[in-house]
Amino acid sequence: MTELSLEKLKAEDVKEISKALTIIENDPIEAKKIVGALDEKDYCVIGLTGSPGSGKSTLTDRLASLFSLKEKIGIIAVDPSSPFTGGAFLGDRIRMKRTSRNDNVYIRSMASRGKLGGLSPSIYNAVELLGRCGFKKVFVETVGAGQSETDIANLADIVLLVLAPGLGDEIQMLKAGIMEIGDIYVVNKMDIEGASRLKSRIEAVLDFSNHRKDVILTDGIKGTNLEELARLIEKELQFLKESGKIDEKRKKRKRFNKLNTVFQELKELPDEAIDRLVEELKKLTGGR
Amino acid sequence: MGKKIKVLIAKPGLDGHDRGAKVVAMALRDAGMEVIYTGLRQSPEDIAKAALQEDVDVIGLSILSGAHMKLCPRVLEFMKQYGIGEKPVFVGGIIPEDDALELKKMGIFEVFGPGTSLEKIIDSMRKIVK
Repeated sequence: MTELSLEKLKAEDVKEISKALTIIENDPIEAKKIVGALDEKDYCVIGLTGSPGSGKSTLTDRLASLFSLKEKIGIIAVDPSSPFTGGAFLGDRIRMKRTSRNDNVYIRSMASRGKLGGLSPSIYNAVELLGRCGFKKVFVETVGAGQSETDIANLADIVLLVLAPGLGDEIQMLKAGIMEIGDIYVVNKMDIEGASRLKSRIEAVLDFSNHRKDVILTDGIKGTNLEELARLIEKELQFLKESGKIDEKRKKRKRFNKLNTVFQELKELPDEAIDRLVEELKKLTGGR
Repeated sequence: MGKKIKVLIAKPGLDGHDRGAKVVAMALRDAGMEVIYTGLRQSPEDIAKAALQEDVDVIGLSILSGAHMKLCPRVLEFMKQYGIGEKPVFVGGIIPEDDALELKKMGIFEVFGPGTSLEKIIDSMRKIVK
């Protein structure tokens, strides 16, 4: 392993964690080795998704700050890479000033690097590394999402769908995709007109499908209702644990991590190797 | 995928002039780098901590307040304290020539004054990371 100290990683040294994350971002094969060298631990992944500017970073900052009173919190904030130059402007940290000084919180910005779906190719290993380095909750903030960036649902134990007033009528809520993946619906910017109406519309739509899910109004800047939101998260986690559903989520996360890694490795292969693999696959799937 | 150059662009101290920092950040982004912008009014400790957590290759400080002789050494101090003293730090802003020399003696890698071309900044960063 390139110039990385496993001892220091196990001791949860911040510099070593940072270096490890860089390697994980750049090299999927090394990533697997690094994560594999650390012991598995119990941790939760909380995803925040929603349209650009809905307040995901500010809410993440607030929530991390609240939870950090009792445990170590990791944050991975994903912003988009340019499809033209591969460059990125990562600005989520600007909204995280509350926790940037907090020794119990680790914040890492990540570029999406061409991955669609709202996350980055290395996200599974990055999250797993933080989990194995003692972070009890890992918050993952997706890129500003539109309608179909739903990968976060495969990664997170709980998804917060962050909405703000003024972005469409009830028809938007009936559409498939992102509106379905929330476990908790957060109507942020509650000080803006239309917030309560949006909340009742979401509740009405959720009623159609018989899904009992919480909808909450918040103000990320002032911090209004943030403690209540934190309580809802704990309640949902409790429910997942007691109902055993958390195991399904963990299984799903592992599966998608594997699929993701396989895909990363496949991309590096020459065409002939892919052809051979396709032949092998045919055998596995019974010639389809 | 391969390695991307990661840059932290930060504005230390009480200085609200962020156009320069934003122009440079955009130029570096367009040059294919991953730029983390931390926003206005950061303390030297905040900046060092962000550089540590983000594991950036280069740090760029934008200072137009005239307080560069106080702020730069503080940033360097905190970087040493966090064990990342070896990372190169660039400074951009209104910096008199004599001060620029002093800053370089202190350990600032390069100082870019007004009128510096974006190409020059991009090139310097590419060279040092390689």
